[in-house]
Amino acid sequence: MADILYFGRLSDVTGKDSEKLDIPAAITDTAALRRWLDEEKSADGAFLDKSVRLAINNEIVVDPHPVSRSDEIAFMPPVGGG
Amino acid sequence: MITITPHPFNAAEALEAFQKEARGAGAIVTFTGLVRDTASDGDVTGLHLQAYSPMTERGVEKAIAEARKRWPVTALRIIHRTGDMAPFDPIVFVAAASAHRRAAFEAADFLMDYLKTEAVFWKKELTPTGGRWIEPRAEDYSDSARWSQTDTEKA
Repeated sequence: MADILYFGRLSDVTGKDSEKLDIPAAITDTAALRRWLDEEKSADGAFLDKSVRLAINNEIVVDPHPVSRSDEIAFMPPVGGG
Repeated sequence: MITITPHPFNAAEALEAFQKEARGAGAIVTFTGLVRDTASDGDVTGLHLQAYSPMTERGVEKAIAEARKRWPVTALRIIHRTGDMAPFDPIVFVAAASAHRRAAFEAADFLMDYLKTEAVFWKKELTPTGGRWIEPRAEDYSDSARWSQTDTEKA
């Protein structure tokens, strides 16, 4: 199972901060994962938004990046604190 | 030193502790960011902040290392909240110490610009009608860009 983390507005879209998901074997990279989750969550494009970056195992990656079914995968909208 | 914490902190106590740590410095500059109780379109009832550990800490450590490289600071301190906060609660505390004031002012300013635009946090304003995720404003990005412009001018 993969650990999927939803930050910022994506935690509102999904109604949760994180979940364990069984990613279908056919989903092998981040671009496919975005499309799959967007449909799964009826997110209306929220996962496809280019301003949303992905991190795999705590490192930011560039699409399309390989994903494995045991990764921790974080969806990261634009950041900012203070 | 950095602390990212879901627990409330007291900025006056943080300054007192920093003064001890920075003993011998000729200048200390601090900045405290507080939760506002209003936004452009109405009341704010609270603030919710998310971080992504250890990416958040790693980034802040890097910014601190960069500040140390750029200015002759003798001590730096950052405290940043996560979780749920009420209006007027402190969100962030930045302190910089140096022999003379300019380095401390600039290092604190630089670190705040980093925290506003690049630090791995997500911030939601809670309002009576729900909530809204706050992303950096154009002004925050241009404030932050000042530091890289300085580099280009020097080059």
